[in-house]
Amino acid sequence: MSALPPYAALLGIRIADGGGLVMPFAVHLIGSPGRLHGGAVAGLMELAANLAVQELLTGGQVALKPVNVTVDYLRGGAPVDTFARAHINRLGRRVANVRVEAWQADPAKPIAAARLNIILERSETDKA
Amino acid sequence: MNEAEAAKRVLDDAGRMQRFVNRFMEAVPHMQALGISYVQSGTNWAELQMPYAPQLVAYPETGVIASGAIFSLMDSAAGFSVFVTMGRFEPHATLDLRCDYLRPAKPGATVIGRAECYKMTRKVAFVRGIAHDGDPDHPIAHVTGTFMLTGAG
Repeated sequence: MSALPPYAALLGIRIADGGGLVMPFAVHLIGSPGRLHGGAVAGLMELAANLAVQELLTGGQVALKPVNVTVDYLRGGAPVDTFARAHINRLGRRVANVRVEAWQADPAKPIAAARLNIILERSETDKA
Repeated sequence: MNEAEAAKRVLDDAGRMQRFVNRFMEAVPHMQALGISYVQSGTNWAELQMPYAPQLVAYPETGVIASGAIFSLMDSAAGFSVFVTMGRFEPHATLDLRCDYLRPAKPGATVIGRAECYKMTRKVAFVRGIAHDGDPDHPIAHVTGTFMLTGAG
């Protein structure tokens, strides 16, 4: 399942050509003058983490429940397109630990880095 | 000043603060997009609200809103707590913010975000806060973070 939720549509987020997600610049993403709102960047990274976990889960219904997210802001978000890609540190039966990087013009200069724990709630049939 | 005058003055101050902050917040497009508005504030804390809206939903089957929207609310509330603590809109940048999602928000409920700046140094503001959907004793999220005061030179 890779359908993005209404919240992703609100932010204008879509799946990027090379994998991961892209959040094209739009005025309603702005926080302080000329800068992206930190919450919009965090939202992009949470969605990228969920998508990456979903892609690795095959067979059975698994609901993802966020436990926590920690975001380090490394650079100000310029009013341009933002990309995010997630790396699964560990995918267990009950929990996934994921790190995500967000960048703009240069992938080597991330604007934010996130770490998330996500609970995997498997349906009863899948547990058997 | 008698008691009635004192009370009126507090109300006037609160009204002025509300108008001032609302003007400020109207200039923040992302808060507008999420429907976030000012509720109240004190010497070192601020409370914002985010009414339920279909476009905030992350799980269409249950109607539960996105954790990312709660993160935005809390980032904004935390930033405002820094503003009121400083007594002015001085530029600052979020260094880091951690959000623990304690339980899903009730579908249909307005989410309240309350954050306090519990320590301010010359260059760094330390914040913490909770989000709840009606009962502050049963929060839906807990945040802690730091801001860098970029105007401090």
